[in-house]
Amino acid sequence: MLDVRSCATLSEAAGVLSGDRQAVLIGGGTLVMRDVNEGRLTEGTLLRVTDPAFRRIEAGGGRIELGAGVTMGMILASRELAFLHPAARAIGGPAVRNMASVGGNLFAASPYGDFTVALLALDAQVVVQAGFGSGRATPLEEFLAARERSGSALVTSVQFSRPANPGDFHFRKISRVKPKGISVMSIAAHLPLAGGRVSQARVAYGAMAPMPIRARGVERALEGKSLDAAAIAAAKAGALEGCRPATDAIASEWYRREVLPVHLGRLLAGEPR
Amino acid sequence: MAKIPVQFRLNGTDRAAFVNAPETLLNTLRRSLGDFAPKYGCGQGACGVCTVLIDGEPHLSCLTLSIACEGRQVETASGMADGPDLHPLQAQFMEHFAAQCGFCTPGMLTSARALLDKNPNPTRDEVIEAISGNICRCTGYEPIVTAILAAAGSPGLRRA
Repeated sequence: MLDVRSCATLSEAAGVLSGDRQAVLIGGGTLVMRDVNEGRLTEGTLLRVTDPAFRRIEAGGGRIELGAGVTMGMILASRELAFLHPAARAIGGPAVRNMASVGGNLFAASPYGDFTVALLALDAQVVVQAGFGSGRATPLEEFLAARERSGSALVTSVQFSRPANPGDFHFRKISRVKPKGISVMSIAAHLPLAGGRVSQARVAYGAMAPMPIRARGVERALEGKSLDAAAIAAAKAGALEGCRPATDAIASEWYRREVLPVHLGRLLAGEPR
Repeated sequence: MAKIPVQFRLNGTDRAAFVNAPETLLNTLRRSLGDFAPKYGCGQGACGVCTVLIDGEPHLSCLTLSIACEGRQVETASGMADGPDLHPLQAQFMEHFAAQCGFCTPGMLTSARALLDKNPNPTRDEVIEAISGNICRCTGYEPIVTAILAAAGSPGLRRA
């Protein structure tokens, strides 16, 4: 039998999650309710969080904090988060965006989870609360590596620094169905320039591995270089480092490997898709 | 397990139902409240045929818990017509043959209504974006886009 419990505070939800192995947090419902409808989730407790802090956006300053329950629609309604709008708009249609949450996207299996790719390129930290203690910030990359084992902790928010120049942040989702489709891949890049040269580049991919990954070969190739043809060629040459794409209904592993350098090159050169 | 009472406003009328805890809004609408406009399609959030408005914003009722709708405004395609007077979107869907088998139509109408309520004069690209979460396997979308553009800006758009 499946039950639902509503928690008025984040602490209460974190306490229930850590004490009940069969408790599953439900954010917008776009992941968990699919399992309910398919009959894959028939036992346990669905946890709803009604704490306003779960859906709070702090974006006034240089440090941004998004509650895990913040929806893609809420991000699109925030002018202060304009640099994230392309990533938020890449998630589903309007109805899905009114439901799908930032926290849920962290758990979306490949080829989903495009918003997490943007967060990875922004060097985001995930605030995780286990039991009734206070939240602990973990680098997103570490969080993703352990996410299959993190079922007993509550993600309360994500935090990241606002790009000093929003124009340095780029996001692209490549899909075959227009205007909306599931990812062949997504690419996010934060390429701050210092004296015309890339400094501390962070590039991330979605759907190129079982979870969003950093493109370390690209980051190394771009570091200290101006974004000219030679640097872009070097970045494309290192584009596939660490990639383990799947063959699925959307694209084959071969296809994903073939087209990734092409789309990366276009993104870096500022060319349209 | 004991049923849970839930109350919300459906198409302008206060309604109440006893629901199972994990029951979806779609099941409550269809099985308890007799509103058969929203349909069960994929159950996965991919097809958009269960789209309803909650507090004016499109949501997928097959992925929404009924108990999360307590006290909220729920609107479906059933509430768009005013007696015998069709909503401009419904009239234009008929005029432009935008429904073939009709299964996607309630979701299309609801998504289109959400767009026109906020943006009475959308561009063609904005219309396409607004229905990007709704799948139609019959019409090829062109008649639907044409119908929504034809309804845009018409008097009485905000009546329903």
